[in-house]
Amino acid sequence: MKKLMLTLIATGIWLLAQSATAALKVLTCEPEWAALVQELAGDRISVSSATTAAQDAHHIEARPSLIARARNADLVVCSGSELEVGWLPLLQRQSGNERIQPGAPGYLETSQLVARLEVPKSIDRSLGDIHASGNPHIHLDPRNIARVAAVLRDRLAQLDPGNAGVYASRTDQFLQRWREATQRWEAKAAPLKGLTMVVYHKNMAYLNAWLGLREVGSLEPKPGIPPTTAHLADLVTRMQSEPAKVIVYVPYNNPQAAEFLSERTKIPAVMLPFTVGGSDGAKDLFGLFDDTLARLLAVAK
Amino acid sequence: MAAVLAAALVPPGTAVAVTEAEVKELREQFQQMKREYEQRIEALEKRLQQAEGTANKAENAAAKAEGVAAQAEVQALKAESAAVQAGSRPAADSAFNPGVSLVLNGVYGNLSQDPARFRITGLAPTGGEVGPGKRGLSLGESEIALAANVDYRFRGTLIAALQPDNGIGVEEGYFQSLGLSHGFTLKAGRFYSSVGYQNEIHAHAWDFTDAPLANKVFLGKQLADDGLQLKWLAPTDTYFELGIEAGRGRSFPGSDRDKNGAGAANLFAHLGGDIGASTAWHLGLSNLRTTAQNRSYSDFDSTGAEVSNSFDGASRLWVLDGILKWAPNGNGTDTNFKLQGEYFRRSEDGNLTYNGANAVAARATSVGTLHSAQSGWYAQGVYQFMPMWRIGYRYDRLDSGSVKLGLVDSGTLLAADFPIFAPYRATRNSVMFDFNPSEFSRLRLQLASDKSRLGATDTQLFLQYIMSLGAHGAHAF
Repeated sequence: MKKLMLTLIATGIWLLAQSATAALKVLTCEPEWAALVQELAGDRISVSSATTAAQDAHHIEARPSLIARARNADLVVCSGSELEVGWLPLLQRQSGNERIQPGAPGYLETSQLVARLEVPKSIDRSLGDIHASGNPHIHLDPRNIARVAAVLRDRLAQLDPGNAGVYASRTDQFLQRWREATQRWEAKAAPLKGLTMVVYHKNMAYLNAWLGLREVGSLEPKPGIPPTTAHLADLVTRMQSEPAKVIVYVPYNNPQAAEFLSERTKIPAVMLPFTVGGSDGAKDLFGLFDDTLARLLAVAK
Repeated sequence: MAAVLAAALVPPGTAVAVTEAEVKELREQFQQMKREYEQRIEALEKRLQQAEGTANKAENAAAKAEGVAAQAEVQALKAESAAVQAGSRPAADSAFNPGVSLVLNGVYGNLSQDPARFRITGLAPTGGEVGPGKRGLSLGESEIALAANVDYRFRGTLIAALQPDNGIGVEEGYFQSLGLSHGFTLKAGRFYSSVGYQNEIHAHAWDFTDAPLANKVFLGKQLADDGLQLKWLAPTDTYFELGIEAGRGRSFPGSDRDKNGAGAANLFAHLGGDIGASTAWHLGLSNLRTTAQNRSYSDFDSTGAEVSNSFDGASRLWVLDGILKWAPNGNGTDTNFKLQGEYFRRSEDGNLTYNGANAVAARATSVGTLHSAQSGWYAQGVYQFMPMWRIGYRYDRLDSGSVKLGLVDSGTLLAADFPIFAPYRATRNSVMFDFNPSEFSRLRLQLASDKSRLGATDTQLFLQYIMSLGAHGAHAF
């Protein structure tokens, strides 16, 4: 009995010690936010992403390992706008962690910090899987990332005042480099203006708005519905009269539908990394845009 | 001056005759040149000044235009988002309404055996809805769920089931805490107990049309108790959760009693994690303890007459459950696989009251002891082989184990007077196909060979639809 009590007390002390580690723990829903937090905070935080570039954030489940990470997190950064509605609310409710509840400083919904595109005028499930507050895939416009970075810096400083100076100076440096890089990308992407593309899922809206590209169709008949043979046949017919310049898909899409359309219409299909880790070139946020533009320019001659 | 110049220009010793007139001419030419060049320089300078002025003006104008354009853009965006927000903001009263969702389901059942005579041999009936349902076309339960945050501390949920026979029952009605901190969660009200894995999942989210045999015999299909639940999630990297429930114990395996304290208690532990990027697993162990008073069931005696018996005593149930989910790189959109299984072990100790239908002395009401140790398990696998299409297989097995009846041991009654306790291992094989056009709709075909009843194999075919409407929340892992 005494041994049991001592073991329990020792375990209790050990467990408390675990939760008292100094570095801020950040959990992000998507890899692009983990990359951004890493840029702004360096080694002052430990950050992990709940999803990888190979996974579709719409189809993730609140599995035990994610709940455990949410329980220990001091800050959760997600795109929001119902992109993670299938699992994030469960992570928050089952974690028993008051710091990351909606409205708490430890929860940041990045899509609410920028102007969203494609806000639907009517909401009905017959229109597919639509997001009531607009298109949530905001990270493909570097100006949105700059806006999020500014808010993230303040949030990190609020949660970890001791390192506020570090976050401020790192963010300044990052934004400086980011501004220069954005101008460089805009110059490099000038020949792409007016490029027409067929997408797999409607997740390129912000990239297109930034660079003046145009989405003329999607492989999904409706958002969230996998490509059907009928719809692909329809697209083939459309492309014969008004061909697009390129077919775009991302790492977590099955390439079959894009390859099918490409073969029938002779329009090149290209896989864009979409997020950090989506390709060898997209190792960080700068690489993400470098690689995306390089792939588009290579194909859109 | 001219003379000195002339003298300087002429090399010494040279005799040149320079007239006054020539010098005057030179002077005049020189002055003229000077004037000309001065004029031209002046003109050039003027032009340069003008050009600079124009350039400056142009630059200013351009900068102003840019500024105006940027402002216009910002205003346009603001106006757009304001318009959308204004358009989407609902009236004040309904703004905080709970999210409502509705689940519709219906079944066509083709059963080779009469469903009214359904029994699971070897274990006492639970009185719950454990049969295979009706033959032919019928509406299943329609489920209405309402959920919303109460305030910053609590969230409330109500799930009501509208029965096809026009009854309405409360399946779940509870509130839970939001972020109690330190990993604690408190829930109170009526909710599905955390006994095993399947018990907490609503029927519309099951992978098969019906519950596993083990859940039917040990939990009366699904156990929902009125009480409290406290869970603690450890601050470890591996998911580790401990929990305790205290409830009324109003339904099988307990019974509704008139008592001030808790009638049932459940202790559980969960463990979970990932294996690589593709696999996630979850293990659980639960121990449910309750007491039953007058828990009755009907049976037949050795003459074939109907009897009504009842059990009084303690019931202890252990459940070990496990689930494994796989998807290539964790991306389940195209293909994924789910493997699930649970093992139940129950022991009951108490008294069995035999209420004989005949007034014959030896068959009148008699009471004897009952000690039973019984078990059962199931294992199922579901594979999504392409988007929207899944195939599944399930194997059920029960073991009547050992049932020691004092009335039989003492010779008062025969073993044949308790046909339900005949030693038997019930088994069932089920196969299902389902088509899911979206995560909200499902059409299923299920075939089963059900050997729950001794001597009668039921061949079952089910066609089912499940439709979800409204603010459907996320399903647990």
